[in-house]
Amino acid sequence: MSPAQHTLLAAGEASEHRTLIIILFSVFVAATLVITVWAGRQTKDAADFYAGGRQFTGFQNGLAVSGDYMSAASFLGIAGAIALFGYDGFLYSIGFLVAWLVALLLVAEPLRNSGRYTMGDVLAYRMRQRPVRTAAGTSTIVVSIFYLLAQMAGAGVLVSLLLGITSDSGKIGIVALVGVLMIVYVTIGGMKGTTWVQMVKAVLLIAGALLLTFLVLLKFDFNVSDLLGSAADNSGKGAAFLEPGLKYGATGTTKLDFISLGIALVLGTAGLPHILIRFYTVPTAKAARKSVLWAIGLIGAFYLMTLALGFGAAALIKPDEITASNKAGNTAAPLLALHLGGVDSNWGAILLATISAVAFATILAVVAGLTLASSSSFAHDIYANVIKRGTATEKQEMSAARYATVGIGAVSILLGALARDLNVAGLVALAFAVAASANLPTILYSLFWKRFTTSGALWSIYGGLVTAVGLVLFSPVVSGKPTSMFPDVDFHWFPLENPGIISIPVGFLLGVVGTLLSKEEPDKGKYAELEVRSLTGTGAH
Amino acid sequence: MATETPPPSKSPTRLPSTEEFVAVQESAEFGELRSSYRNFAFPLTLAFIVWYLLYVLLSNYAGDFMGTKLFGNFNVAMTLGLAQFLTTFLIAWWYARTAAARFDPKAEAIKSRMEDGA
Repeated sequence: MSPAQHTLLAAGEASEHRTLIIILFSVFVAATLVITVWAGRQTKDAADFYAGGRQFTGFQNGLAVSGDYMSAASFLGIAGAIALFGYDGFLYSIGFLVAWLVALLLVAEPLRNSGRYTMGDVLAYRMRQRPVRTAAGTSTIVVSIFYLLAQMAGAGVLVSLLLGITSDSGKIGIVALVGVLMIVYVTIGGMKGTTWVQMVKAVLLIAGALLLTFLVLLKFDFNVSDLLGSAADNSGKGAAFLEPGLKYGATGTTKLDFISLGIALVLGTAGLPHILIRFYTVPTAKAARKSVLWAIGLIGAFYLMTLALGFGAAALIKPDEITASNKAGNTAAPLLALHLGGVDSNWGAILLATISAVAFATILAVVAGLTLASSSSFAHDIYANVIKRGTATEKQEMSAARYATVGIGAVSILLGALARDLNVAGLVALAFAVAASANLPTILYSLFWKRFTTSGALWSIYGGLVTAVGLVLFSPVVSGKPTSMFPDVDFHWFPLENPGIISIPVGFLLGVVGTLLSKEEPDKGKYAELEVRSLTGTGAH
Repeated sequence: MATETPPPSKSPTRLPSTEEFVAVQESAEFGELRSSYRNFAFPLTLAFIVWYLLYVLLSNYAGDFMGTKLFGNFNVAMTLGLAQFLTTFLIAWWYARTAAARFDPKAEAIKSRMEDGA
């Protein structure tokens, strides 16, 4: 049988069994809606809405953090990249994991001790409130929207492949459905509901990955070396499949792009607003530390499993079949499920349906977390502290957050429909680059540098943001290549796809320059408060 | 409730004044906590970032070395990649242990004294 026939068969199986996929997915949606309504009844004040009442345990939040972090890009994107590029795909997951150490050692506990609801709480703590909160709100929303786009685009790709919906209106319909569901989760359930949805999703995703990993290893008698060997043979690339270079080694520029990506991944995590606000859901900094430790364990184990999934797919499925289904390899994991169960058997169909439903659940949960982060920041940083100058009541603030959720949901449905054909993993990497350039420098300077001032914060946030987004705009991601957003025009002059190697140092540098150039004296009393509070938890809520 | 910053504490514990915070910040006890935390966390952060970048650079520019077979089908590249996982787990564990043994007792002593207003 030719690979092309194989693919057709797979597609046929997929559409024949799409009822099963839809049933499983509906069960997940129904269950999460029940959780959301239940959580909504318990959401009374702003601390419930923004921070889930701060009553989650370190383990629960660790699970939820993992749920928020393991997006469709990690599950489908990394497994696919490994299946197609072998070792070079593996490099992605390492950056995503090592990044957690920055969060653990430098950010999670001080943030929990000194902030309340948003990333802006910490950025603006010792600064003039209105300008810094405006900046923090802006960068929170920009980063979250980049990330949301990636998830929305992922939903479109997945659905068209797994449910056999190929029409544009069908894909847009799915994007709209995801958007409406996330609005419901966030407006009704707030942080409490969203946290439970993340936990359920994390358990499902880890269970799904465990099952596939077990089945892959079973095929190779638990001999990982054999698995690697078969993957290398079947890929048609031989030993090169297990060595660096297949994806990033082509030219000097792609190598530089890879360094840029690596820096963005390792420094981005600790600046992602939707991850940072998770640390407010636990009662103490110690519990925040425990959350990160669980997250590192769970996420690390998960990425080790994606290794088995990716190499398993490479070993068991012909490469043409993977690329015929999706050029970027995004469907390698679901295809692997089909092959493991048996292409012509019911087991294959059931496994495929299960893994597909898990992937949907993943997307849905991550978009809910992102929407919550951006609407919280809008309501708490921009509405309550900038527009209302701190006079808004808790009720007003919460309803502002709910309106913002609907607004952000609508915007992301619109943008998601436009971005439905973009590369999922690439978009996520951009969100990481923007977070590392605009957010991380100010977080670190605020916490650890006595002299840092309001101007420094503004220079760093806006400078990092504009540099990162600007470079993307003039990169091959947007124009000039067949894979670009606008392939027919060419206004790119920046050669790299990821801006991190330039924009992250710029963000850090501008924080120093802005501080040194301003005549403003840092507020010593406020820094004393922030420093003592962040290290000891004195006065933390 | 208004949302002025710094946010007022909702807990029954007392929020110390700015003067108290400044006094504590300048105290020897807090200085010790700060330097033991910074002396541990900062060099370690630098170290794991350098180790990660070294690995990225090796992958980019030392292809032959990375392709050397070590055992079975495991080459240097795969082994170093898995070593990144291992060191991440170890550093996390080491930090948690150090924080619990060395930072937490000091931090808690300062916190409870400040919140009790003694």
